[in-house]
Amino acid sequence: MPGKQLTPTDEFVKGLWRENPVFIQVLGMCPALAVSNTAINALTMGLATTFVLVMSGISVSTLRRFIPREARIVSFICIIATFVTVVDYVIQAVSLELSRALGAFIALIVVNCLILGRAEAFASKNTIGRAVLDALGMGVGFTAALLWIGVLREILGAGTLFGVALFPDGFQTWTVMVLPSGGFLAMALWLLLVNWIRDRQEKSAKAAQGVTR
Amino acid sequence: MNDASLWSIFLNSALINNFVLAYFLGICPFFGVSSRLETAVRMGGAVSFVMLVASICAYTINWILAAVDAPYLRIISYILVIASTVQLVEMLIRKLSPATFRAMGIYLPLITTNCAILGLALFQTNRNYDFVQSVVYSLGAGAGFALALILMAGVREKLDLANVPALVKGTAAALVVAGILSMSFMGFAGLGR
Repeated sequence: MPGKQLTPTDEFVKGLWRENPVFIQVLGMCPALAVSNTAINALTMGLATTFVLVMSGISVSTLRRFIPREARIVSFICIIATFVTVVDYVIQAVSLELSRALGAFIALIVVNCLILGRAEAFASKNTIGRAVLDALGMGVGFTAALLWIGVLREILGAGTLFGVALFPDGFQTWTVMVLPSGGFLAMALWLLLVNWIRDRQEKSAKAAQGVTR
Repeated sequence: MNDASLWSIFLNSALINNFVLAYFLGICPFFGVSSRLETAVRMGGAVSFVMLVASICAYTINWILAAVDAPYLRIISYILVIASTVQLVEMLIRKLSPATFRAMGIYLPLITTNCAILGLALFQTNRNYDFVQSVVYSLGAGAGFALALILMAGVREKLDLANVPALVKGTAAALVVAGILSMSFMGFAGLGR
């Protein structure tokens, strides 16, 4: 929001719903679809992305006076790549199994348009405090969106949630949901729901203002 | 060293494990540029070319990094090389064909943040492909990306004429189409190995 100052709470909350990175801005789709086949993968990916978002937000915001305009994208990418390398090694150290499941997608956080987008559009123009709040909000919104997709795919595709079986033995799993095409379909379903809710909100807001169409 | 045959590497990266439809790499340009057939063809060409150059660069960088024992610099150096390659391609296209340059618009510099390219560099490193294998892998990946993009653009041009409910229009409809395309690509699964 250029020109208009939001309260700190708003800065955080906007990432959760109104400017949700995945469902509203449709940024960072590749990881959102690729690693959301189980809830735990989705959660790890979300947390890793949030960490990189916050750390690069802090760095970019701190250095914003020293980075020349012409070299800003390259500088941002270097900063982001540094933190991604850190996350990659941390996940390998904590859980080798998880690191294998996520594969190259942790390294691919570097090219998540969401992070570069926030660095460019927000952190490079705002104070550290605001940049952190914005990054946290976007990160939580991203994690939540990933988790929704992951939960839907894991429940339908494998009949489990976080590895715990949910259904009695007879449950016929929808194998298609854990396969790549399920990612597209699950995302489309959630997007429909979000669109529908937003549509209703807009209509009721209009009705409240007494505007009839 | 990986002993897969060149033909199976090509088939694998182009069809069976298609970068867009099986690995979800390069989704942003896939949805962004696939609304018209003509731009899709150009974008497919540009991405394939950058992939080829990036693959050769990545092989060289990996060799140097292994020589100086600094694998932790891999992500940073890959992305920097890719960014400069894209810049080079951009200047080249602007010089050779200004019309193409205008048609591609913002999506040309955005090839830098196309995860398919960094993904390609990382995958070929993870699988220990030698030089020729890397080049074939990148050619297959480029062909697969272009194929998916062109198929998608063809479907979406028709979709524009169809009577779709307002809620589903746009991204949601494109996602469902991509899901169905991806499902049909699963049919290639028996080809390789």
